[in-house]
Amino acid sequence: MADFSSGFWDLYVAGFTAFGLLLCLVLMFANRGTQSSGAPQMKGHVWDETLKEYNNPLPRWWFYLFLGTVVFSVAYLVIYPGFGSMNSTPGKDKGLRVEHAKEVKDAQTLDKYLSVNLATLATDKNAMATGQRLFVTYCAQCHGSSGKGSKGYPDLTDNDWLYGGDPETIKTSIEGGRSGMMAPFGTGEPLNSDQVKDLANYVRSLSGLSADSARAAQGKEVFAARCVTCHGQDGKGALAMGAGALGAPDLTDKVWLFGDSEETIIEGITKGRNAGPGSLANEMPAWKDFLGDAKVHVLAAYVYSLSK
Amino acid sequence: MQSQATYNYKVVRQFAIMTVVWGIVGMLVGVIVAAQLIWPELNVLEFLQYGRLRPLHTNAVIFAFGGCALFATSFYSVQRTCHTKLFAPGLASFVFWLWQLIIVCAALSLPLGFTVGKEYAELEWPIKIMIAVAWVSYAIVFFGTIAIRKVSHIYVSNWFFGAMIIAVALLHITNSAVVPVSLTTLKSYPVYAGVQDAMVQWWYGHNAVGFFLTAGFLGMMYYFVPKQADRPVYSYRLSVVHFWALIFTYMWAGPHHLHYTALPDWAQSLGMLFSLILLAPSWGGMINGIMTLSGAWHKLRTDPILKFLVTSLSFYGMSTFEGPMMSVKSVNALSHYTDWTIGHVHSGALGWVAMVSIGSLYYLLPRLYGKTEMYSTKLINTHFWVATIGIVLYVASMWISGVFEGLMWRSTHTDGTLMYSFIESVKMKYPYYMIRLLGGVLFLVGMLIMFYNMIKTIAGEKAYNAPVVAPAAAHA
Repeated sequence: MADFSSGFWDLYVAGFTAFGLLLCLVLMFANRGTQSSGAPQMKGHVWDETLKEYNNPLPRWWFYLFLGTVVFSVAYLVIYPGFGSMNSTPGKDKGLRVEHAKEVKDAQTLDKYLSVNLATLATDKNAMATGQRLFVTYCAQCHGSSGKGSKGYPDLTDNDWLYGGDPETIKTSIEGGRSGMMAPFGTGEPLNSDQVKDLANYVRSLSGLSADSARAAQGKEVFAARCVTCHGQDGKGALAMGAGALGAPDLTDKVWLFGDSEETIIEGITKGRNAGPGSLANEMPAWKDFLGDAKVHVLAAYVYSLSK
Repeated sequence: MQSQATYNYKVVRQFAIMTVVWGIVGMLVGVIVAAQLIWPELNVLEFLQYGRLRPLHTNAVIFAFGGCALFATSFYSVQRTCHTKLFAPGLASFVFWLWQLIIVCAALSLPLGFTVGKEYAELEWPIKIMIAVAWVSYAIVFFGTIAIRKVSHIYVSNWFFGAMIIAVALLHITNSAVVPVSLTTLKSYPVYAGVQDAMVQWWYGHNAVGFFLTAGFLGMMYYFVPKQADRPVYSYRLSVVHFWALIFTYMWAGPHHLHYTALPDWAQSLGMLFSLILLAPSWGGMINGIMTLSGAWHKLRTDPILKFLVTSLSFYGMSTFEGPMMSVKSVNALSHYTDWTIGHVHSGALGWVAMVSIGSLYYLLPRLYGKTEMYSTKLINTHFWVATIGIVLYVASMWISGVFEGLMWRSTHTDGTLMYSFIESVKMKYPYYMIRLLGGVLFLVGMLIMFYNMIKTIAGEKAYNAPVVAPAAAHA
């Protein structure tokens, strides 16, 4: 065992352990007392007028209970690791190995799905039951148990996609994760807060939400200068331009990842929506290394099935 | 012959009254956090979030309620069993005021978010220093009184109080080794790192249970049970064996809080084995307490104070059986991180610590005002039943929810996926959370009854200091 930095600490621990067990034994045998017939013997001291003590022997069942736990401990230390760096009796630590082997084997049962294409897998009842269990274990924390998402976490059931909703793209999103790329435009440069407000009004007008028309008109010019690269001339987003990897959302539909209030839109434009800190974070982690191919494959098919 | 000198009861009175007050405060916070677990909307304001109130609850009930109970009963019994006045009464008074200041600092700093983040050791470094000062002062008063005792033999309750004082000083100071970020900030970091820090923390944490909440309250038990039952302690021999075995073995038990973590296997094994060995030494105290009643069992029918004391010993026996079982690795694999642990802690904290303290205080309070009875014995009886039903509801609901939780977490499908999502295990717990809340409310109601009874007992009464009793003739 490499737990000890030197042979000294190994002996130190073993020595103290042996001393501790021995101390318990000495203590109980030296003070056991013998069962005498007749009235219990008094110890003879008196404190505070009434406090006295009998000197009954240790109850027999208690004595053996104590002894039993010490004997059990000695036996345990012979069989399992614990006495300094002494190894367990060969073969007796197989419990852990058996469990690990079972986990590996269980995980392999999903490998059979790897050869099935995602669209077909999405119709396989058993695979989707597995997918649902995987989803509520690994994905529900952000996307919710039903996949309907919440603020900052996309709804996976509405068939509205940031990066693309075909099975292979979904799998890519899960494998490598996704990072929002919306840059901060209003922290001093390049836009001032007035321009940001104009822009927010224009963005709201795109999806038919109420907006200050004078501000929206000014915002339209800012939009043309600053936003079209990712969101497109018409604001229909990166996916409509065939540039799904950018993830820039369609601003003309009624789907809002962070909310449609002017305040929220101003926050997004000002501070950006990317791999930033705290509540601003707009990031999906990469799962490939953590979950492995088979689980990602089943999950991709499951997520695909959610929007069908 | 009785001398003219009187015992110093003033500090005892102060601590006894504050025990009831802080008990109500601490348990009220407990009721609030229990409700927050059912209705998350109750997490209003950052200062009143669950994460900040929960350590306030644990600190208040352990160190404010439990601490004041220990100070009151130990200062009372050490004088009486040593047949002398308290050593350095001025210092004892200092301990009282400093301890109250510490409690107020805790009640402010924890909701404000200042925490070291170590369970039961959350308070930031200036408060840690205050605790160390108060505790060392306590040690001087206690051991000073022992030193000037008028009897040669030291009574068993003082062994346990003494062991608690020494061990808690050692634990607190070692686990409080932190480096402040600067002298003007309330932020510090432990000097230990990684798994060593975790091990030091749980060596402290479990011994806070073992010495503060067990040895200290056993000291209380050894004075008040034989006094109230008016019977001799069952076995001096058993006292000796279980005392030394208990204080030696508890020191090893900490690693069972770190089963299946980065802690090396050998340390986990030793933690488990010495926790198992603790079963008999713990039960030694229960046997000595309960068997002291042999020949006096009939008193249970009419004496609610004795009911409190005997029930506390029964819960002590139950939780010190449950504890070693839970420290067994394969049981721990199911129980760890579940509500079972919460149930276990409260069977000890409410059933043992609070019940023995309440029983002892009902004995103590009237005597500090020159009386022998509380204002209403009937209300003590009501308190007993309300509290006992409260504990049973609390503990049973947490056992059930904890075992279900553990079973749900680890049930796996044949394809290796988990059968239940985390949120399903949370949903399952709602009815048990409700029962737990009800149990907690009942226990709090009991404390309010006690508060009323206490006020009626002491209102208008003059503080009384009993004359020092001369040692029995043969022992002078």
